Amino acid sequence: MNVVADIQADVRVNDFVIKIANVNGTGSASANGLLMKAIFRMGVPVVGKNLFPSNIQGLPTWYEIRLTKDSHMARSGSTEFMVAMNAETYAQDLKEVAPGGYLLYDNTWPRPDLHARTDITAIGVPLARLCNAQFDNARTRVLMKNMAYVGAVAGLTGLDVGVIRGLVEEMFGTKAHLIEANMKAIQIGLDAIAEVHKEPVSLKIETMDKTAGHVMIDGNTAAALGCLYAGATFGAWYPITPSTSLMDGFKMVCEKYRVDKDTGRKNYCIIQAEDELASVGMAIGASWNGARSFTPTSGPGISLMSEFIGFAYYGEVPLVLFDVQRAGPSTGLPTRTQQCDLQLAAYASHGDTKHICVYPADPKECFEMAVQAFDLADRFQTPVFFMTDLDIGMNDWMVPEFEWDDSFQPDRGKVLGKDELEKIEKYYRYEDRDGDAIPYRTIPGEHPKGAYFTRGSGHNWKGGYTEDGGEYKEVLDRLTRKWESAAEVVPGPIIVEAAEPTKRAIISIGGCDGAVREAMTRLQQDGVHVNYLRVRGFPFSAEIESFIDAHDEVYVVEQNRDAQLRGMLIGETNVEKSKLVPLLDYAGMPADPTFIYEGVKAHCLNAEA
Amino acid sequence: MTSMAKPKISKHLPTNELGLTIRNYEGSMSTLCAGCGHDSVTAALVQAFWELSLAPESAAKVSGIGCSSKTTAYFMGQSHGINTVHGRMPSVATGANAVNGDLHYIGISGDGDSLSIGFGQFAHAIRRNLNMLYIIENNGVYGLTKGQFSASADIGSTTKRGVPNEQTPIDPCVQALTLGAGFVARGFSGDKSQLVPLIKAGLMHRGFALIDVVSPCVTFNDHKGSTKSYAHTYKYYHPLVHTDFVADADEITGEYEADGGMSVTLHDGGILNLRKTESDYDPRDKAQAIDTLMQPRENGEIRTGLLYVDENMADMHEANALPDQPLNKVDYKELCPGSDALGGFLKGYC
Repeated sequence: MNVVADIQADVRVNDFVIKIANVNGTGSASANGLLMKAIFRMGVPVVGKNLFPSNIQGLPTWYEIRLTKDSHMARSGSTEFMVAMNAETYAQDLKEVAPGGYLLYDNTWPRPDLHARTDITAIGVPLARLCNAQFDNARTRVLMKNMAYVGAVAGLTGLDVGVIRGLVEEMFGTKAHLIEANMKAIQIGLDAIAEVHKEPVSLKIETMDKTAGHVMIDGNTAAALGCLYAGATFGAWYPITPSTSLMDGFKMVCEKYRVDKDTGRKNYCIIQAEDELASVGMAIGASWNGARSFTPTSGPGISLMSEFIGFAYYGEVPLVLFDVQRAGPSTGLPTRTQQCDLQLAAYASHGDTKHICVYPADPKECFEMAVQAFDLADRFQTPVFFMTDLDIGMNDWMVPEFEWDDSFQPDRGKVLGKDELEKIEKYYRYEDRDGDAIPYRTIPGEHPKGAYFTRGSGHNWKGGYTEDGGEYKEVLDRLTRKWESAAEVVPGPIIVEAAEPTKRAIISIGGCDGAVREAMTRLQQDGVHVNYLRVRGFPFSAEIESFIDAHDEVYVVEQNRDAQLRGMLIGETNVEKSKLVPLLDYAGMPADPTFIYEGVKAHCLNAEA
Repeated sequence: MTSMAKPKISKHLPTNELGLTIRNYEGSMSTLCAGCGHDSVTAALVQAFWELSLAPESAAKVSGIGCSSKTTAYFMGQSHGINTVHGRMPSVATGANAVNGDLHYIGISGDGDSLSIGFGQFAHAIRRNLNMLYIIENNGVYGLTKGQFSASADIGSTTKRGVPNEQTPIDPCVQALTLGAGFVARGFSGDKSQLVPLIKAGLMHRGFALIDVVSPCVTFNDHKGSTKSYAHTYKYYHPLVHTDFVADADEITGEYEADGGMSVTLHDGGILNLRKTESDYDPRDKAQAIDTLMQPRENGEIRTGLLYVDENMADMHEANALPDQPLNKVDYKELCPGSDALGGFLKGYC
């Protein structure tokens, strides 16, 4: 009896996961990127996840490529095709392959144990030996072995080699020798797989037309692009995974669009600070002086910045902070994703502080919400937190192309210029002239009448120092009103209704979106209907509370241990606490639809029993 | 209590080139102790700004936390000021300066603010050669928390109760020299005639200008055992280099040179005329400056004046190739590349 043949009778087209297991630091990123891009170019929707260690060289690393003909946005959680290039993790990788799947490995050093499973097909190809015979130095051989597995995967699945060649040509441009060397390595893989595996294959890649109008981009680059389009001119930062590539991205786009070709002068300034205490201080200084400025960081950075964040809140200095969240506490898992700073950011700093937050779900929203974040910061004269995470920030996502309206004008909020100050009799920094809790700012150097003193110590509506309780409270209460008034201005929630009326719902946030939507589809197939609301801004819009009110049971799906979003919903609305059921996925991996599907289902079954 | 307004009586006072009297450069009433050295530094700043005829709104005052940092409210009420968090003034100054280099940045700090909690930021602002005047009002003691030693307290100097300090002091001037500052000076709050020209020179120097001002704390560190008391400072005060600042380049400077002095032409206008009290001291010799400060002579002299100057270093703006037009004034149209560019950029991601 051939177990494999039975299982493989079902051919899967454009609907499986290729997972590449490799050693960190061997240059596999470009080979993996090439593989994913080639699939995307064939019109097949893809989800890519780089699961990498906190290490420069030597530790195991994995790259998952999900081909998803139905355009899902999350990981699938299973692996149909394992490209096992790291002997250290062979045992684990072998175990992970779904029944009926494939495992490709380098049998330059044969491993009979990899052929132990009868329900999968293990294929050995001597990639290292073949590459060593064709290429000279050690580094080249390692890099070319990566390209060779791209060839082997293509040979096995039917990935279009012409598309691969086109991408390799784009990658190396005029360097013909590199194009030829890489194509040679790819051919080595193609030839080798053709020689060792002649049977039909149950995993197939076929051309589709579902990626037109889409881009493959990471959230950090998208957010950096948002900073550029928002008109930010100043950014300060301290290197920290996973936010570093946001500033790398800002530098890249600024070098492209903000440098005067004749003089070489730059319409931007990026400063790598001595630590996060300094980077946020610099951003505050630049904002205070009238420029749009930001600082990208991750949780540990927010901890260090907290004192200054309270200063900017109380002194009413606009500021945009990008928190690319990673798993904590402390150093935690620096290269794993989580949504574990939701409460830290919302209430950052000592004393009574509340902040405006935006929560993008994918790179397209990263671009759009980055622009919005600067408008919010200027309009409300306060720090704004842009809460993204490692999964959104560092992985390439397939999203619709970004759009830009050329008539856009930034909302710089209430700023009195020279002429207005000339006319005014007396200016007071914290005077609520319009009754909307938002005072007027002035920019240093404009006019002597606009001078005021920004301080983190007690101050009255005139901006003067005070220890008078009444005067102090007056300012503090206005700050509350100001913050509350942002609830209907921040990005509103997105609601997806189930096919049938239901009293069950899911509330989620950020990068869980794709996994929630996929879980909803699967639940619906089982007859379980749930509505869905995605929170996109803080303070919470009234719509969120009424959505919860309209349901009997609300599963709050988020990626942290302590149900932070649920806690905020309980703290900031009048909803019935017992209605909110936490569904927490905090192992550090990108959101998993199966976890949500099973979690909701189990709860429903329990409720029925 | 709230802040107190200072009555502005300007009648019969001389005016500067802008037609402003010295009152136009004053701020709110000081709330420091009577006799505090810091108030003398405040007065010197007012004097220097008025004498330079700088528009009040052309200054931006930045400070941290502490008695010294409070003083930014006590001068130049017509200038913007920002009283930041403890030890972090240099970072705020850096960001502010990056987006508008046209203003005169005056940082006021203390020995606790700069040499303990803010030692890192102090050092890195120097490394970036931030174009600002950075004054440390140095009294060797924490005043607002009632008399603890600061990092600049000398070994053997005592608290009011007679407990001696046993830790090595940090000398901000030596630190600044080793970190690459192009303008390092020491002054004394009790000698306005020396301090005012130093402030003017520091304001006009392009790059980081440090003036460490010995500024006695009358309440907690002006006793017999203190090495930062008025009495001690007056006794051991030793001007090493006299500094005159001349705003107009046409004024004759030859006299100084003939007298063994030297002239330094500043990039943003003005000339410094330096006169040394010791003929073998060279304020362009960094190693000698460090050596001089590191080797206290037996008589315990406090050497003051412009100890080192290099007016030719690239400042942060130059190092970052920033445009002449301040970044905070660049029109949005020039900053946003528009929809066509976006489409072009995204082609690389298809």
